[in-house]
Formats: sequence, C-alpha cells, structure tokens
Amino acid sequence: MSLLRIQNIEKYYGNRSNLTKAVDDISFSVEKGEFTAIMGASGSGKTTLLNCISTIDRVTAGHIFLEDQDITQLKGRELNKFRRDKLGFIFQDFNLMDTLTAYENIALALSIQKRPAKDIDKAVKNVAEQLGITDVLGKYPYEMSGGQKQRVASARAIVTEPKLVLADEPTGALDSKSSKMLLERFNYLNREHNATIIMVTHDSFTASYASRVLFIKDGKLFNEIIRGNDSRRQFFDKIINVVTLLGGDVSDAL
Amino acid sequence: MLFKISLSNIRKSIKDYAIYFFTLVLGVAVFYIFNAIETQTAFLRVSDDQRELIHILTTAISGVSVFIAVVLGLLIVYASRFLMKRRNKEFALYMMLGMSKRKISALLLCETVIIGIGSLFVGLMIGIGLSQVMSAVVANMFEADMNDYKFTVSGSAITKTILYFGIMYAVVMLRSGFVISKCRLITLMNSGKRSEKITMKNPWLCVIVFLISAAVLIWAYHTVGWDFEHINEKRIGLAILAGIVSTFFIFWSVSGMLLRVVMSAKGVYHRGLNSFTFRQISSKINTTIASMTVICLMLFVTICTLSTAFTIRNSLNKGVEDNFPVDFYGRFSLHTHDGTDDSSYRTGNIDDVYAQQNMSIYDDFDEYCHFHDYNESNFTFDTFAGDRKAELTGGSMSIYAMMNFDISFLKLSDYNAIMELYGQKQIELGDGEYAVSANAAGLPAMYDKLLEDSTEITVFGNTLKPSSEKCIISSFYPDIQASNTGTIIVPDNAVSEKYRGVDYFVGNYKATDKNGREAAEKTARDNWNNVMHRYQSGAGNGFMHGLETRIEAASNAIGIGALVTFLGLYIGFIFLVSCGAILALKELSESADSMPRYTMLRKLGVEEREISRSIFRQSGIFFLLPLLLACLHSYAGMRFAKIGLDLLVTDNYTKPVIFTAIILIAIYGGYFLLTFLGSKAIVKEQK
Repeated sequence: MSLLRIQNIEKYYGNRSNLTKAVDDISFSVEKGEFTAIMGASGSGKTTLLNCISTIDRVTAGHIFLEDQDITQLKGRELNKFRRDKLGFIFQDFNLMDTLTAYENIALALSIQKRPAKDIDKAVKNVAEQLGITDVLGKYPYEMSGGQKQRVASARAIVTEPKLVLADEPTGALDSKSSKMLLERFNYLNREHNATIIMVTHDSFTASYASRVLFIKDGKLFNEIIRGNDSRRQFFDKIINVVTLLGGDVSDAL
Repeated sequence: MLFKISLSNIRKSIKDYAIYFFTLVLGVAVFYIFNAIETQTAFLRVSDDQRELIHILTTAISGVSVFIAVVLGLLIVYASRFLMKRRNKEFALYMMLGMSKRKISALLLCETVIIGIGSLFVGLMIGIGLSQVMSAVVANMFEADMNDYKFTVSGSAITKTILYFGIMYAVVMLRSGFVISKCRLITLMNSGKRSEKITMKNPWLCVIVFLISAAVLIWAYHTVGWDFEHINEKRIGLAILAGIVSTFFIFWSVSGMLLRVVMSAKGVYHRGLNSFTFRQISSKINTTIASMTVICLMLFVTICTLSTAFTIRNSLNKGVEDNFPVDFYGRFSLHTHDGTDDSSYRTGNIDDVYAQQNMSIYDDFDEYCHFHDYNESNFTFDTFAGDRKAELTGGSMSIYAMMNFDISFLKLSDYNAIMELYGQKQIELGDGEYAVSANAAGLPAMYDKLLEDSTEITVFGNTLKPSSEKCIISSFYPDIQASNTGTIIVPDNAVSEKYRGVDYFVGNYKATDKNGREAAEKTARDNWNNVMHRYQSGAGNGFMHGLETRIEAASNAIGIGALVTFLGLYIGFIFLVSCGAILALKELSESADSMPRYTMLRKLGVEEREISRSIFRQSGIFFLLPLLLACLHSYAGMRFAKIGLDLLVTDNYTKPVIFTAIILIAIYGGYFLLTFLGSKAIVKEQK
C-alpha cells in the first residue's frame, strides 16, 4: 500500500471565460521512505500541486489519500490537526519566526502538538545533532546564515516525525555549498530515518539527490525517472536530458 | 485625480484608519458636548446662584478645552505620523513613478482634509444629538425644570470645535508635508525590510533596575500617601518626578524580565503558542516603553480625577444632608473693643436688631433655637491639650491638627434644646462636669485621649472634670460639612452672662412643601438683610452678622459638585480615549506586521482557536500592563487626595471608584475589544 496516493487531481483558477488549469489531471503515488522530487518550470503548477498535497490549497477535483485518509475531504480543525500531526514543511524563504531562537523555532512545532516540555528538550537536541546545528540553537534567525536557517527549518519539519515532509524549493535561496550540505542531510534523513520527502524544485542539481523525479509541464505529468542504482552523476545527466526535452525555461534555470 | 487617489487610499487602508477616525469622531463629539453646555442650559429656569455656578462651569470648561485641545492635538499628530510610517512603501512607489514631493504632499493634504471634514461632520452630528441628553443631565443635577426645553444647536460650540480641530489638522498637514519634503527614496523603499534585532536585556541589570525603580516608587507612594508629617510642596514635586521616572524604568525592566521569568518555567514556555505569544508581547513592550509610560500616567490621572471628582460631589451632597439639619442659621455679634481680651466679638442680641425695626424673627419660624455661646479669654485647643499637643496631633493627618483654634462654650440647657431641634441625642451633666462636642475630621479622637485622662479644665472661675470618656460627635451650628473643631458643654450654673459670645439663631420654616419653603426663605432672608442693614448699634461699634440657609447650602453643594464632576468627566473621557487610541493603533499595526508569522503558524497546523487566544493574550497584556501600574499609582494618589483635600473629600471612595471603574471598562475596555477583533480580522487568512 502506498503512503500517498494522488488520483486525478485538478486545480482550476479563474472563471468560465478565463480558465487556468494549474494542475490538470495528475495521478501518482509515493511509497513510504521515498525521496521524490517534482520538477517543472515556473508556472508549471508544481507549487500548486504541493499546496494541494499539504492541504494549504483545495483541489477542484480528484482525491489525495494519505494512508487511506482522503485529505481532500478534511475541513476546518481537522485540516489543522492533519497538518500539525502528519506533515512537515520546508519553505524556500525558511519561514522561521524571527522573534524566536533556533531552539524555540524547532520546539514550537512540538509545543503546538502539546508535547510535554521534557520530551521537547530531548527531541530538539537530538534532531539538532543530526542536522549539525547544535551550536546555533541559541541564535536568532537574523544571526544565522541561509544554510543554517534552512537546516533549522528542516529540523522543525522533521522533529515531529511526520508521515510526509514537503519541501518547496528548499535550496532556492541558498548558495551551492549550503545547498549541497542541506541535500546531503535530506539524504541522510531519508536513509537513516526512512523519512518520506517530496521536494519541489526547478534545479536539476537539487533534484539529482532524490530517488525519483517527476516532471510537470503545463499542469500535466510529463515524465518520470527513477534513480535506481545510478550514481548521482549519472542520474543528474538523465535529468538534464529530460529537462532538455521539456525545453526552454528549466534549462535556463541551470 | 488627486482627490480620487486620496479617496481610494483611504478606502484601501480603512482598517488602519477606522480606529483613528473613530477616535477623532469621539474627540469632536465630546469637545462639542462640553462646550455646548452654556447654550444647552440657557433655557433652564434656575436660581441666580445656580446661573452663576453654571457660568463658572462653562468658563472652566472653555479653559480646560485649551488643554484638551493640546492633548487631542498631540494624539492626532502621533496617530498621523504613525499611519504615515505604515505607508512608506506606497510613497516610495509614487516617487519612483515620478510623482513630485509637492504632489505627494498635496495628496496627503487631500486625505487629511477628507478625514478632517468627515470626522468633524460625523462628530458634530453625534455631539449635537448627545448634547440634548447632556441638557437633561444638567437640568437633573441643578434640579431645574425642563418644560421650556427645545432642541438646541450651539453655533458657538460648533465654531469653536471647527476652529480647534481645524488648527490641529493644519498642524498635521504642515508636519506631514515637512516629513515628505525631507525623506529620501532609498530609505522609504527599505523601510519595509526591517531586520528586527532581538536584543535580550541583561537579566540581572533588569532585576536591579526593577528593584531600584520599585524602591523609588514605594518611597514616592509613601511620601504622598502616608508620610504626612514631612509633606511639603518640594517633596510632593520630587515624589511626582520620581514616580514618572520609575514608571518608565519599571516598564523597561519588566519587558526584559517578563520573558525571562516565563522562559525559566520550561513547562509553561513550551506549551502551545506560549513561546510565540510571550516573544511578541516582549518585543511589543520593548518598542513602546515611552508610550506605555505616558499611557500609564494618563490612566493614573484619569482614575484619580474621576474618582476624586465623584467623591467630592458625594461628600458635598452628603455633607449638606448630614450637617445642615435646619432651614435657617443666622449669627450676630457686636464688635467690642474693651481691650481686656482678644475675643472682640461679644454680646449682642438678634432680638434687639429686629426690635429696632419693630419686627420679630420668630414670626417666620415654626420651631427654632435662639442661644449664644460663651468665651473664656485665651482658651484655645492648645490650652486644653496643654503639653500633650504634640503627642495628640503627631500621628494625625488632619489639617486641623496643624492649627490652633478657640474653643467656645455652651450651656447644657442650650445644647440640649439645639439637639432636640436637630433631632439628635441630648446629654446629661452633673455639677462640676463638662462634655466635649466636635465632628471635624480627626478631632474627636484627639479629644477622646484628653477625656480618657480626666483632664480638668478651669474656666469662668470653676474647675470642671469630664463627664464621659468620649467626645460627642456633633455640632451646634449647621454647615455644609463637619467642621466643628470643639465646643465644651458646661452646666448652666458654671457660666455667667459676663462671658457671653456670639448670638445664634437656628430654625425651621413653617412651610413644609418645596414651594412654601422657598417662599418662606425669601421672606426670612429679606427680613434678615433688611434689619441688619438698618441696624444701629448703641455704642456706635461695628457688628458682624452671617446668614446661611439649607436651600442655599444645598444648591452650592450641587453646583460645586456638578462643576467638579463635569470637569472630571471631560478630562477623564478625553484621556481614556487617547490612551485607548494609542494602544489600539500600536497593536493593530503590530498585528498587520506580524501577519506572515500567523500565516506560518497556520501552515504548521496551529488551530484558529489557539491563534485567537494568542492574539487575545497579546492585546490583553498590552492593555493591562499600564492599567495595573496606573491602579497602583492611583491608590497612593487617592490617599493623597483624601488628605490633601480633606475639607472637600469626607465621603469614602468606594462608590466613586466603582463608578470610575465602570467608565474605564466601558471606554478602555471598548478600545481593547475593538483592537482584539480588529487584530483577529487582520491576521485572518485571506482567501
């Protein structure tokens, strides 16, 4: 049984006379412990797709199942509860609370789940060690580098041990060294903790860290490649080939 | 074109402007209502005395209005500066599009004019409506009849309101024009990107500052509220200054400590949104320490002014009720210069005065007492207390304790007759005994101590001892408040007419209904003035006479009470509105700035209920903190008022404080509610 099953989802914007199909009949499923990247040009609908999965946005049609629960049917408080307990988020612009320290930012994710304080301390320190941010725990976001911020954001996303981690352009605001470091952490989490990650990106290098890449064009699923036993380098070349096929925008982004 | 942009700007930022506009409307309305009292009361049929008091009231109000205008002016300048800051981005865009600074200034001018005219119009409409209610309140207070009442609009008040607010708006326009002409595009553009630095204050420094401030504040409280022996103007001034400075530093240190304290309680800090909430509060207080101080002090002034005003009013009304038990009180005495003693007003008889005009005072009265007191040369409080004066007055806060005053004597039979007329308790005295009657604040307790020790007195050639250990709380003469500093009652055989003092007459009119009494009063008063005016004393000496009546005393009390109440309400209301508006503007803009944070919280899966609870706590603590300190200040302030104004404040503070609390909750609480709902609406997810 797949962890996440997406069945024929559609997301339309606009009105009858001017209809934009941001997501147009997409179906796929994600197994537990998979590291999936979704690639596409700007405006291809990849972020909309992610927003639908994360219940931040509502689908126009279709169903999304997470462990047999149809999340398109959730409402109000159930939605918040679902996001709080089942999902972890990583955003391009980090979205850390500028008023809280790194420690408190990570702890916030646990405290809104109403975890007891002594568990929180242990969990935060543990995850900080895995992501190599133990020494910045006392710092505020404005005192950290972009890479550190994104690793804090990642720590916040996984500290609750969510079923699914959703990352929206996590390397978008990072330099290449920080990107590499972050992605290696993702791999580590995926490998050691069997974390299921879905990552949206337009960067082939970033996507090459995933075990599987889905390509989206104009709201439709365009192609899918699986890394299998390839080295990261070989996988990267394969991705580049598809990107070339896709044409235009994405290759520009390289 | 400019007008169109202005209008759409206002419509766009209606959320920011709403509370500003609301406050302006309130300000205009209140300003009009109080300044229109003169016109509103012109139709009332009131006595000349009351007309005079209403005149004093309106004069006082127009004086206070200048001060109120300054407060409102500062509020408007503050608010507009604040709203302008929020629009820096917008101005940057205009400038980038090539709009000249002059044009932008004109745009702002246009906006201010629209808001100004709008607020004046709405405020005046509301003011005119409510001032009709005010007429009824005034009429009720002065017990005037409202039969001739008709809807009134005060042209002079309208002119005055428009003039004052026009000046305020003009200042705002000049100011914003000046700011625009000085600003630079790059700073405007970068103003949105605030890299908020969180500087945690050194916790130990905070604790030390807090302790010092608290100690200084306690000293200030002690000086004005408890330590009355050493009080003087210099110390009061110093205490006020110390209070202001320590208020500032208390907010400064609390903003640093509050967070530390909560953080140290890990269980609390990491529960739900607490960490987020307290960080928000802390940073909010951190950036608004100065405003918090001003607001706290304004609340303090409001609470003290309102509750003291109400207390004075109650004290006056109650004072007349309690201490003026008869309709008429006249006194008369000849001025003698016999050189033997300094008590120069002696003897004289009201009957003789009336007899000269072939009249009799007794014709006007149903029941009465005609009596005189007796004086022993140089028998004063100091004589009575002897070397115990310092001990007796040492702990007293009464103003009377600082003075020396004559003590007069009454015959037992006279005293009992007076008490019978007043409907109060009569007493018995044995031969060689005396009793003391007093009711002025603090004095009965002092006399009690003297009586307990059976202090003997020697007067008129007799030595007397006390009949009881207790001073009688009473006064033989009526007054608007308890002011009898001491009368000694002696047996009839212990005095001789040689020592005769002032002649008194107290009595009740024959009439029983209100109109009848008013008519009787007029006759009695005219007669009294008439005979006194024409009186020729035999020896060609001068004489003194005095007349007070219950009706006159009551209307004076009402008038002064109304004066104080209106001024208190006027100042209190404007202050409360200003405080509420400043806090509301701060909090609302803070919420707007924090919107991304709430969006993120929602993405993390925080429930709406939690978010709204967090907002409630944030605004609640923000509003509550200055109020709490202001309440503490007010406690000391009211104690001071009770002593400093002990001639006016004789009633207790309980009811006025409750009434003040109701007004405070209505206005300040109303602003809090608006702020909470407004913040909730601002951070609500936009779909």
